[in-house]
Amino acid sequence: MANPKKVLNDPKQVVAEMIDGLVLANDGRVRKLPNHAAIVRTDLPDSKVALLIGGGSGHEPLFHGFVGRNMGDGAACGQVFAAPSPDIIYEAAKVVHRGKGILFLYGNYAGDNMNFDIAAEMLEDDGIDVRTVRVTDDVAAAPPERTHDRRGIAGDIYMIKIAGGAASELDTLDEVERVARKAVANVRSIGVAVAAGSIPETGKLTFELADDEIEIGMGAHGEAGVSRQKMKSADAIADELMEKVLSDLPFRAGDEVALMINNLGATTMMEMLIVNRRIRQILDSQGIKVHRSDVGTWLTVQEMAGFSVTLMRLDDELKRYLDMPAESLGYSRM
Amino acid sequence: MPDMSDTLDLDATINMLKFVSRSVIDQTDLLTDADLAIGDGDHGIGMRRGFEGALEAMDATPPDSIENALKTVGTAIMSKTGGAAGAIFGTLFRAGSKPLAGRDVLDGEGFATFLDTGLEAVLKRGGVTEGQKTMIDAIAPAARAARRGADAGLRQAIAAAAAASQQGVEATRDMIATTGKARSLGERSLGHPDPGAISVSLILKAMQDFTAGA
Repeated sequence: MANPKKVLNDPKQVVAEMIDGLVLANDGRVRKLPNHAAIVRTDLPDSKVALLIGGGSGHEPLFHGFVGRNMGDGAACGQVFAAPSPDIIYEAAKVVHRGKGILFLYGNYAGDNMNFDIAAEMLEDDGIDVRTVRVTDDVAAAPPERTHDRRGIAGDIYMIKIAGGAASELDTLDEVERVARKAVANVRSIGVAVAAGSIPETGKLTFELADDEIEIGMGAHGEAGVSRQKMKSADAIADELMEKVLSDLPFRAGDEVALMINNLGATTMMEMLIVNRRIRQILDSQGIKVHRSDVGTWLTVQEMAGFSVTLMRLDDELKRYLDMPAESLGYSRM
Repeated sequence: MPDMSDTLDLDATINMLKFVSRSVIDQTDLLTDADLAIGDGDHGIGMRRGFEGALEAMDATPPDSIENALKTVGTAIMSKTGGAAGAIFGTLFRAGSKPLAGRDVLDGEGFATFLDTGLEAVLKRGGVTEGQKTMIDAIAPAARAARRGADAGLRQAIAAAAAASQQGVEATRDMIATTGKARSLGERSLGHPDPGAISVSLILKAMQDFTAGA
């Protein structure tokens, strides 16, 4: 099979060149650290709890596109689909620290966990208080009793939004951590892959999927999902995804939720809106109220086609931080 | 008293580590294909980044001790490879270097100590045990074999470790991944060797080839 077409220069330089472009697209609101693949805000207040996010590149705008006011204070960028190294995380953390401790927020993957943990140990040696909240929203990755084995997918975005708001407003790392833990306990997602994406440097597709097949629950790097099936209608796919997400928390009549439908890369907005229509029918029929909707592109897997559905159950506090104004390349809200 | 013809001094240790680096870099495509089968296909380019960094670091500032030579490789891998592989292989070399502080030659016992100590640190960092289809399944039997062969000298210890790691790679074919990105494959991971275990065997095989020719 021919390698997918990509608009690139040197495939080894994709992350460095992407970061340069990302900084420029932020119109001065962020800068890159001189010797490390990390993005930090240029308008950081003198005193605040710091929020550091990060992960592998190749999922833009996640994570480094979510640095800005009431979002992440900094982001550590790994190579494509690979966690950032401890030195990148450590240097970014030192720059964003404003004397009140740092919350590390990232998706739950072995590589991210180890590299962020090593950096946290280095910071603790410097006397800096670090807490860690790992996003574990993917219900397809492990059964409910093993949420610690679940991956972080598009739930990352609501988590960054809420933790970013909390880190701007709340005065202590304890409080920011408490809000983030409440948010992660209430967020659930699942994805469906329709076609594979590829890693720029190898040019190879990360998995194989026949022209008439889809995979329910596939992860953001092509990790195997819960079932591979023949292609079916948008409504039938939405029904299956919603059944798995709703039954997991479970979400119940009377709940208020935020709903995110996230494009994995190559699915059209038209398809996403058709899916949104069905999902709203399902939520209405179950008496679940949608406080806000987000339909768009936030966590991509290169040219992978497919989408994910995220629901977060809200209380007044989570609503407050989700609805706060925020400004970043990948997600803004007035 | 160790047989001094069966040890490596500082220069020879650095040359061995450079040989190992070039050998792994040469096998990038093999590692990519192994990772595409059960992972996301970035293991080859990640290891290449790490060992290219190791070569650059050893050229830029020639290590002044055997401990620092191994530590330089580990620091480069941890910084340049990234991901789980960077943390694990970086930890292996960095932690494994520590007990060699003050030693002027690398002998069989020193090599076995390097693997023992590195393995212990990797187990702690990764939170995994043998049998979960990871690089542990190659490095753990290698460390045991090196310890058994340590008294017979460096060449024997490295050869025994290399052979044990290769058997470990083969054994991972029959394991079901229960950690890392391959975990969700479950039984579909059967039949495929673990890419991280393959990297361990490539590193040890290169050490064996170097010492056999030294």
